[in-house]
Amino acid sequence: MRGALLALLLASALAGCATKEDFEVSAAPRDGDRAYGDTLIRALPANISGLIPNITGDKYSHDAVALVYNGLITHDKDTNIIPDLAASWDLAPDCRELTLKLRKDVRWHDGQPFTADDVVFTYQLMTNPKTPSPYKDDFEDVAGVDVQDPLTVRVRYKQPFANALYIWGQSMLPKHLLDKYMREGKLKEAPQNFTNPIGTGPYKFHELRSGEKIVVVANPDYYAGRPYISRVVYRIIPSQATIFLELKAKGIDQADLTALQYQRQTDYPAFKKSYNKFRYAANVYTYLGLNHQDPRFADRRVRQAFAYAINKKDLIEGVRLGMAREATGPYKPGSWVYNPKVRTYPYDPARAKKLLAEAGWTSKNADGLLVKDGQPFTFELLISQGSDEGRKSAEIIQAQLREIGVGVELRVLEWATFLKEHIKKHRFAAAAMAWGVGLDPDQYSIWHSSQTGPDEFNFVSYKNAEVDSLLEQGRRTCKQADRKRIYDRLQEILAEDQPLIFLFFRDTMPAVSSRVRGIVPGAIGIDYNVNEWYVPKPLQLYMSE
Amino acid sequence: MLWYALRRLVLALPLLLGITFITFAVIHLAPGEPVDLQAGDLNAKSSAQARQLLREMYGLDKPLAVQYWNWLGRLVRLDFGRSFAPDGRPVLQKIGERLPVTLLLNIVELLIIVALSVPIGVYSATRQYSTFDKITTVFVFVGFATPDFWLALLLMILFGIELGWLPISGLRSLNWEYLTFWRQQWDFLSHLILPILVATFGGLAGFSRYMRQSMLEVVRQDYIQSARAKGLAEGVVIGKHALRNALLPLVTILGLSLPGLIGGSVIVESIFAIPGMGQLMVQAVFERDYPVIMGNLVIVASLTLVANLVADLAYGLVDPRIRFVGRGRR
Repeated sequence: MRGALLALLLASALAGCATKEDFEVSAAPRDGDRAYGDTLIRALPANISGLIPNITGDKYSHDAVALVYNGLITHDKDTNIIPDLAASWDLAPDCRELTLKLRKDVRWHDGQPFTADDVVFTYQLMTNPKTPSPYKDDFEDVAGVDVQDPLTVRVRYKQPFANALYIWGQSMLPKHLLDKYMREGKLKEAPQNFTNPIGTGPYKFHELRSGEKIVVVANPDYYAGRPYISRVVYRIIPSQATIFLELKAKGIDQADLTALQYQRQTDYPAFKKSYNKFRYAANVYTYLGLNHQDPRFADRRVRQAFAYAINKKDLIEGVRLGMAREATGPYKPGSWVYNPKVRTYPYDPARAKKLLAEAGWTSKNADGLLVKDGQPFTFELLISQGSDEGRKSAEIIQAQLREIGVGVELRVLEWATFLKEHIKKHRFAAAAMAWGVGLDPDQYSIWHSSQTGPDEFNFVSYKNAEVDSLLEQGRRTCKQADRKRIYDRLQEILAEDQPLIFLFFRDTMPAVSSRVRGIVPGAIGIDYNVNEWYVPKPLQLYMSE
Repeated sequence: MLWYALRRLVLALPLLLGITFITFAVIHLAPGEPVDLQAGDLNAKSSAQARQLLREMYGLDKPLAVQYWNWLGRLVRLDFGRSFAPDGRPVLQKIGERLPVTLLLNIVELLIIVALSVPIGVYSATRQYSTFDKITTVFVFVGFATPDFWLALLLMILFGIELGWLPISGLRSLNWEYLTFWRQQWDFLSHLILPILVATFGGLAGFSRYMRQSMLEVVRQDYIQSARAKGLAEGVVIGKHALRNALLPLVTILGLSLPGLIGGSVIVESIFAIPGMGQLMVQAVFERDYPVIMGNLVIVASLTLVANLVADLAYGLVDPRIRFVGRGRR
């Protein structure tokens, strides 16, 4: 399910106003006096691909420099858009013009002031044909960006654009250092991408040892005040098993736990004393994809039957040891766009059999498989290699569908083959996969009937005229209340149609050393306010300079 | 002999060319392209346009034969190109920063293996079916059967967590910069102990077995009988007459291990978080990073060819029965 991670990209945060049940903390972090100093050591499971996040496509590269750069806007713990480098803004009612007022006290890490020119430059960089950025499309609807005065920028959009504000969460880049490289199309070779990234964030880049570690140090001139923790070290450790052992040996202070580690392997007093465990829903849902080009799956009753036949509670228990939430559609429970009033499919094999009978699957053969027109109901379910979760889900689905007389054969494939040869070419009957969901509810590329070509993302070939029109309206409407209505209706249809069988949203479960204070978990996770984390003086472990 | 070596080297060139051509073709056959990963495989936000831009940037839009020709042209000028991985750094630089630690690990490992397996092999061969021989036989099978990663995790738990004597992973402690010179050396060394131990364990089993087998054959030869008949001490018979001959097959195996020196072990490197060649290569394969794969391959293939030659030449030195015939006559 590497694809799902990649899909997170820009959306490494998410949507919604949180309720208390959306996240939980194993032990309430105790307070203590705020103090400067100490080092926070985190683990990165893969080498990074560059230090300019605007041109890297993987999650870990983004994580490594998340503290070095800022956007004009950011998100608070409940995922609402809040000011960052822009102090305030004014969005025209038709969402076609946006005026942004920048903070006046912001400086790049090399001491140069941050101005409107840098905003225009970042826009030019993102839209320059020579820039190989995966986030180009975000800026497609921008007609132009101009400087009103050194601290005011005006953005004009080609058409009403729902994401008018959201896209300005993109990291701002320094014009005075990168202009030359952008013009030559050589951003990847710029020193800022490997040895010396310059941002405006709470931490300054200090050191990169390829394959070993990345070190950032507190920026004393940060506009929101100097961060408390003096250094943050990202250690690159490719093996999940090693990351966990390092955590137990206190070689690292923060790491994500697996369900097994959270539930069984960290449930002893010494660990609980040294670490606080957190838990919140990730922005990824697992699903069973059914190819609508297969006439059997083009019949909605068959898909609904599958939704009734698969016991999602069993699945969550078996695959995630309970560390997930049932998905009723493509939006995370608890987010502002989530609509709880949609058709649900509680486990009901009898109803599933009835639906299949309506669809013409009435007789059974000697093996107990349903038969229609002399053909038994069997299909091949594809899983990508290395996805333990995908494999386990598929095995449980296999057993549960067998109960209603449907035979499933599992086939494991290497990721690139799985994706290139089967999914993208639509050569599959069914596949166990996951989608990452963004902060914004726009999912045009996944559900719109125009997106069913090879290399496009509606690879199950779902087509529904009302869904098409809702998706089009959704991207052209910018008032949240109006959009809510549109996406509520979208979710009703998707729940009814089951274009894919929605299974569950998994949880993310980080553990952080208990000496670190100031962590306030929210729907967005815990990492949004690292600059406010601190370690009380008596508990500090590492000397600071 | 010099003539022979030269001839072998010249003959190696077409062989190398063939190896690179076949590999080049084969890696391009694998589904998936480097641009997929960078444009974000399943990222609903990545555009076909970004993909096309990357393809043109890397020359992947040209026919395969043209791509190979271009690559070859650069190679002749010793330009290995830039990595297709998102970092886009020069291949030689990437290999250069990974090579030293892998070489260090593997050379130390090989030395330990040879130093231990020769005496073990000799001892168990000269005392065949003794208790020692039986114990080493069991040890050898355990060594063959033990998965690296499992042994590594057990050792990490024991020495890293339970006893706390050794660091678990990485190459240096976080406070390395602030240590005195000698403490730095010890810190570095202590990080290498577990990986070397794990890597040695598996290799030792194989090598000591070869040594035992080879020694068993030699001690049955007539000249060993005659050496004994001359009244030489057993130590001299084994140490001087038998050992020299028994070492011959080991020379071949050692020669073939030379290219492996830069290969690096993926499992050991990943589990101990050591940024070495093994990790680089595996990542390159997953990312379809053709320049890095090919660059690494050229180096390994050249080394294999040279190592074969060196092993053949070394035979001549160790074994007086072998003579090299030059000037085309065979």
